[in-house]
Amino acid sequence: MNNLIDLEKKINSELGTKLNTSEIKHNQIYLEIDSDDLIDVVLFVKTNKDTKFRQLIDITVVDYPERSKRFKIVYLFLSHEFNQRMILSYNISENEVIASLTPIFPSANWMEREVFDMYGVSFKDHPDLRRILTDYGFEGHPLRKDFPLTGHTEVRYSEDQKKVVNEPVKLEQNYRNFDYESPWEGTKYIKELTDTNEKKN
Amino acid sequence: MKKKIKNLNLNFGPQHPAAHGVLRLILELDGEVVEKADPHIGLLHRGTEKLIENKTYMQAVPYFDRLDYVAPMNQEHAFALAVEKILDIDVPIRAQFIRVMFCEIGRILSHILNVTTQALDVGALTPSLWGFEERETLMTFYERASGSRLHANYFRAGGVHQDLPAGLETDIAKFCETFPKIINDLENLLTDNRIFKQRNVDIGVVTKEDALDYSFSGVMIRGSGVPWDLRKSQPYDCYNQLEFKIPIGKNGDCYDRYLCRIEEMKESVKIIKQCLSKMEKGPIKTFDGKISPPSKKDIKQSMEALIHHFKLFTEGYRVPEDEIYTAVEAPKGEFGVYLISDGSSKPYKCKIRAPGFSHLQSMDYLIKGHMLADVPAVLGSLDIVFGEVDR
Repeated sequence: MNNLIDLEKKINSELGTKLNTSEIKHNQIYLEIDSDDLIDVVLFVKTNKDTKFRQLIDITVVDYPERSKRFKIVYLFLSHEFNQRMILSYNISENEVIASLTPIFPSANWMEREVFDMYGVSFKDHPDLRRILTDYGFEGHPLRKDFPLTGHTEVRYSEDQKKVVNEPVKLEQNYRNFDYESPWEGTKYIKELTDTNEKKN
Repeated sequence: MKKKIKNLNLNFGPQHPAAHGVLRLILELDGEVVEKADPHIGLLHRGTEKLIENKTYMQAVPYFDRLDYVAPMNQEHAFALAVEKILDIDVPIRAQFIRVMFCEIGRILSHILNVTTQALDVGALTPSLWGFEERETLMTFYERASGSRLHANYFRAGGVHQDLPAGLETDIAKFCETFPKIINDLENLLTDNRIFKQRNVDIGVVTKEDALDYSFSGVMIRGSGVPWDLRKSQPYDCYNQLEFKIPIGKNGDCYDRYLCRIEEMKESVKIIKQCLSKMEKGPIKTFDGKISPPSKKDIKQSMEALIHHFKLFTEGYRVPEDEIYTAVEAPKGEFGVYLISDGSSKPYKCKIRAPGFSHLQSMDYLIKGHMLADVPAVLGSLDIVFGEVDR
């Protein structure tokens, strides 16, 4: 369907209970579902003659460490026929294993590998779940919010051992992350100081 | 007596001139026929997305130059559009024409490099020598506008950094007159060349269905006959005011993709000409002092401008809480930015959707059953740049 509002109505009436929220923003449809319904919903939007989201553009994750369901998994779809974009998302907790889209979209293969590499989210029935962007033998998941920007190890060629070695990062100066928030609104460290002082009193 | 035959595993790269960068391709060969290809990527991974999360919106722009470093400004465009949409600001019309013009220059830059190196991969040296001369001219245009040949850092949310210097417009117009002749020369060398055709026709065929399933975009999907170009279907900036055609391939092989790129260069020249003729004097960035920095002259005279300048270059501008995906038609395909802002002056999350990533993923599907010598030809026509694949 070429009309975005009709398209949203159609998806809503067909999927009904499976959708938690749906809204139209920036000329795109944003849907939120439960992780169990992923395969059903994706198969529907891919094959239905009124939606035809035939292309999976990307898969990514947003990390909210303070939430109990820490990761928000995001799928971006494109329909060439109707010239529409859709953003599908759901939340999972840290150790949850989710369904893989590789049987439906072959292009999901590397996208899911990237998600696994960067966030440590595992996929059930993925044909080849290996790290993809990081180095061989890398540990940790770099795009998680609790992974430091400078990383844990650094690599150099050791002339003595005649091989490449990994060592803990040694920095001459730490990464300087200045707090530029408006001082008259109270910067974070001042807020923390006043908070602790108030507690003492 | 039966002889036992074993498949040969071949390590192609990471340092190989036909790999177009740092690609390690593990090939399983049965004689000279490729049975399986397993690309190992990430050798140029720099953690761009992580870095962007730790920088302000203005500081994030230079990282986009370093993705597809063959056409830097096209990437900046995607990011600028994403931020503009969230902030809901209008871009002055002159800035739109400047941006579109430089995006088309980027498209020519990228296509020259790809077409000529694809020819180089299959044995023709001369096109690359001719093409690189033109690339050098185009990069001086980049340099005159932004101050650097490659890593431009020129687009901003709300416009461009500065106006074009005097004389640049006439020089670009002159280039538009001479360049079509160069394309013709390249075509004379390649299009009907027997060796070039032998190496490219019917190699790496992609069907329409598979092009959709493998998330192809750009020339890779148009070469297979899908009429899809974001400049036409989801026009951004001033593309809807310009007239141009979208070349479509028929067979989806390496040769059709080559033809598409040649035709696209011709269309890009037309777009640049139209931009030059429609461009009028005027502002080149938004007037909103909370987003675009004041001029040097204003800083000397106005207290408010001085404060704005200080706040913009320390804290940066704040972007309200939102979630958005914007895509542009980069030379290599759909380049997208999925941005989540949390109301502070740094992006909470910035996922970069690089077209090359999906294209390279299909290497195994494309090359299965082909000869070893076809690997560089297919790889060349995919138009891979590792800056964007590895991010």
